[in-house]
Amino acid sequence: MMQELSMNILDVAENSVRAGASLVEITIDEQPAEDLLTIEISDNGCGMSPEQLKNAADPFFTTRNTRKVGLGLPFFKMAAELAGGKMDIRSSIGKGTVITAYFVRSSIDLMPLGDINETICTLIHCNPQIDFIYRRRFEDSEMILDTREFRRILEGIELNDPKVSKFIRDFLAENTSDLFTGR
Amino acid sequence: MKTLAELQALRDEMKTKIGVRKDGEYRMRILVGMATCGIAAGARPVLTAFVKELETRKLTDIVVSQTGCIGICQFEPVVEIYDADGTKTTYVYVTPEKVPKIVAQHVVNGNPVVEYTIGANAN
Repeated sequence: MMQELSMNILDVAENSVRAGASLVEITIDEQPAEDLLTIEISDNGCGMSPEQLKNAADPFFTTRNTRKVGLGLPFFKMAAELAGGKMDIRSSIGKGTVITAYFVRSSIDLMPLGDINETICTLIHCNPQIDFIYRRRFEDSEMILDTREFRRILEGIELNDPKVSKFIRDFLAENTSDLFTGR
Repeated sequence: MKTLAELQALRDEMKTKIGVRKDGEYRMRILVGMATCGIAAGARPVLTAFVKELETRKLTDIVVSQTGCIGICQFEPVVEIYDADGTKTTYVYVTPEKVPKIVAQHVVNGNPVVEYTIGANAN
């Protein structure tokens, strides 16, 4: 098991990277009034065949040949189900995959979200060739980080340049804080 | 709130300085195992610790990146460092606390931290 949901997100998003995606979208939506936390990870990667899709949440199924288990999605599914929720997967060959997990926000078994900003920074830093859109919603407020915008502004400077990495870290920290304080 | 205007200002500042890193210009590569096994064992804060330590020391010619399952899950978090000549050193049970020593001793001075390597921990 992972210790926090942000690690599950990192692990699942790494699947998108390995699926050859050029764009990965991560959305975290908290709706206290509905007692609902929704996490969605989608990509435009190679997608899964119906057979792969059927087995995707089976821990003893993997498309890789380095080992015989694939635990990322089973762990994420288990985390959702432990918190009274569920996980859905939609995928089409050549179009991409959408993983959506629903959690009962007040569940005593809900794993902490953890340091999601560190997860986003890690994904961007390690995959500067891929674009990421990170949306964080709380009630009616929303914060968006879109690396396509960053890339356009940076005019050829890499997204994982140390100074840019620090900017992204600060951007996430400050803007997430503002999201929750309503500024 | 951090704005995109600040990113533009950062870009302008970086472009006026010589030495902005170009793709592929690296003296050394640091690879952190980031498969499920590595992430569950704590690889993410280790990777962040390397990124921050290199930032602090202004070491712009070193790249920190990820790799998949290295195949030694019992030793996670695992970090591989590739020197300029291709020599690989495998560090095991890495924690964020061990990172400054690895950077100072190995990355800066070229002397691997033997006690953190797989060779010293295999038994």
